[in-house]
Amino acid sequence: MGPSVVLVTGVSRFIGAHLAARLAADPSIDRVLGVDTSPPTRDLLRGMGRAEFVRADIRNPLIAKVIASAEVDTVMHTSLSSSPAASGGRVAMKEMNVIGTMQLLAACQRSPRVRRFVLKSTTAVYGSSPRDPAIFTEAMAPKALPSGGWAKDAFEIEGYVRGFGRRRPDVSVTVLRFANFIGPRIDTSLTRYFALPVVPTVLGYDARMQLLHSEDALAVLEQAARRDLPGVFNVGAPGILLLSQAIRRAGRVQVSLPSAVVGPVSSFIRGARLVDMTPEQMRFLNFGRVVDTDLLRDTFGFTPRWTTMQAFDDFVHGYKLRPVISPARVSAVEKGLLATARALL
Amino acid sequence: MTEARVIPLHTESNRTEPARKQAARKSRAQAARSGVRREPARTGVRSSMSTTSSAPAPAQQPSPVPAQASAPRNGAPPSAPRSIPLPGGITGPGTGEELSPVRVVRRPAVAPEQPEPVPAQTTASELEEKLASLLGFLRRRLTGDYHVDEFGFDSEFADHIVMPLLRPLYEHWFRVETIGMSNVPTTGGALLVANHSGTLPVDAMMTTVALRDHHPTGRHLRMLGADLLFRTPMLGSISRKAGHTLACNPDAERLLNSDELVGVWPEGYKGVGKPFKDRYKLQRFGRGGFVSAAMRAGVPIIPCSIVGAEEIYPLIGDLKPLARLFGLPYFPITPTFPLLGPLGAVPLPSKWYIEFGEPIRTDRYTAAEADDPMLVFNITDQVRETIQQTLYRLLSQRRNAFTG
Repeated sequence: MGPSVVLVTGVSRFIGAHLAARLAADPSIDRVLGVDTSPPTRDLLRGMGRAEFVRADIRNPLIAKVIASAEVDTVMHTSLSSSPAASGGRVAMKEMNVIGTMQLLAACQRSPRVRRFVLKSTTAVYGSSPRDPAIFTEAMAPKALPSGGWAKDAFEIEGYVRGFGRRRPDVSVTVLRFANFIGPRIDTSLTRYFALPVVPTVLGYDARMQLLHSEDALAVLEQAARRDLPGVFNVGAPGILLLSQAIRRAGRVQVSLPSAVVGPVSSFIRGARLVDMTPEQMRFLNFGRVVDTDLLRDTFGFTPRWTTMQAFDDFVHGYKLRPVISPARVSAVEKGLLATARALL
Repeated sequence: MTEARVIPLHTESNRTEPARKQAARKSRAQAARSGVRREPARTGVRSSMSTTSSAPAPAQQPSPVPAQASAPRNGAPPSAPRSIPLPGGITGPGTGEELSPVRVVRRPAVAPEQPEPVPAQTTASELEEKLASLLGFLRRRLTGDYHVDEFGFDSEFADHIVMPLLRPLYEHWFRVETIGMSNVPTTGGALLVANHSGTLPVDAMMTTVALRDHHPTGRHLRMLGADLLFRTPMLGSISRKAGHTLACNPDAERLLNSDELVGVWPEGYKGVGKPFKDRYKLQRFGRGGFVSAAMRAGVPIIPCSIVGAEEIYPLIGDLKPLARLFGLPYFPITPTFPLLGPLGAVPLPSKWYIEFGEPIRTDRYTAAEADDPMLVFNITDQVRETIQQTLYRLLSQRRNAFTG
């Protein structure tokens, strides 16, 4: 049975806004409510169509009123933020993520109409370390609990959501652990990082990166909103890219820094507002992370349209990144050298 | 070939140096008296590994070259040298029936003597082709146009960068000879289990070269490494690109289920960092995790015995405080390291044999039996025993650690 009233949190950001827009485009859904603390930008708002924006703070008990009065039956919790700068500092971010989720879950538990709860989580809950298995399945727990930041928030939130699922067994709870998003339209710290003309990396490390096209992420969330698909699912594109390989595909210049100077350089980059790099993202860029997506394909029934490499190439083209080392020039040099060799021999 | 360079077999390691010299001198004298007398000791039925045989027999081992040289000089009958194999492992005609099966499958060790294209004779178009493929390779690397699997394995990197670095070591320095390559399946998953030795895991690297270059289908060996390897900058990322991953059951089973050939060295640090006096004595085989992984995947276990790696860096001491300081499992002292500084990193040019034993099937067990500890222990012991016996046999056939 399809949803009739959907509540989407974090609607002023890319994923929430576009999810609301997709759901609003479906006439079988009666109402789509978008909640966030600040209104979406005009661009996002225009795309959202008939979706209604409700300016509310999910940390506030008022959210319970919204859910009850609108008779919400499906809650799409997509507001988890990974970027402290965008949420006004780490403390505010943690409040928003953890306390906000607790309030939202409390409201959902009270409302008998709620039938479905979908959490947009992250694969960061598995951590990133050299002692991990190469590929995480949903059943694996991290070697060590995430020490802080975004990954710890997500880990704690998943715990609360599990508790909610136990207390309300009639609600279908879906937890989607997303790999890092990439795409021509989305703006994340990763897209900004690859847009730097000279990309700093840590000497001696080369992360295995699994990405997900933002359109695939939206399609997965949409599917989760429409059907009862309880469980925990890893969501990532097939295939991987090595960090060095991605930098080369984007035509950037890689500069490997010894780990001793990485601290100052990254704080400079953060300070200059070039890229908002958090420590766990730094770890991700050192060790990377790959998840198993068999459950997504077989149980959830979704196959991503873009592989990691295709998604990354789409990002490079969509952003119109002007390659510092362009493949065309490399080919030209290759042809030139061959021609010279032919002439000499 | 001086006496000092000769590293004897481990059963005679407890014999004192003067005694060994004396014995060697005695044996040379005997050899001088008659070359024929040496025959029985040469034919592969020597079982001096466990029994304390008469002194001359093992002591003859280090000195085949002088004996061979001296035999004709002393007017030995023309038929006598027939039974003495040449040092390079090439046997004379008509000696086949005296050799053990091991010798028969030997590949000639002197690869450079094979006819090879002379650079001057290569045509311009060949050169051009080579240049084109090199430039194509560089372009693909520069623009990131290559495939990496989900473990981070970059086959182009492995074939074009790692292998060419290891190959000279394999061909010319250690002159590795492989035995029983047909026991390694050409397709499908298989778990290769080998003994570990040599202070640095050079044995693992040489095994990858053996399988890539000399296996009929040129298989990539996907090794399971210690976490220290992946924790170390540079080494960790290079290992991943070369196709190796962390030794843990999820990774092993995933690789085996995707039909890869997986290599594991279950002795770990205990094996690779054991003192020289314990050479070729297998250490404990982990907790048998590799056996249960193979059983769950239903793939055969191939016991692999490596002889020669023990002599590359004879570990005569361990500086434990330094090891603790650097977070290493041991800090080796070898005859050349740290005495000669960076020169100590040059391995001794021992002669290597890698024997792949008969596969031990695991597909007849059910998945539930993989959780039966007693069965897992039994199979672990069977694999260990097979490797240990093969090591003893190979050692008994080896005359000298450096000439083979």
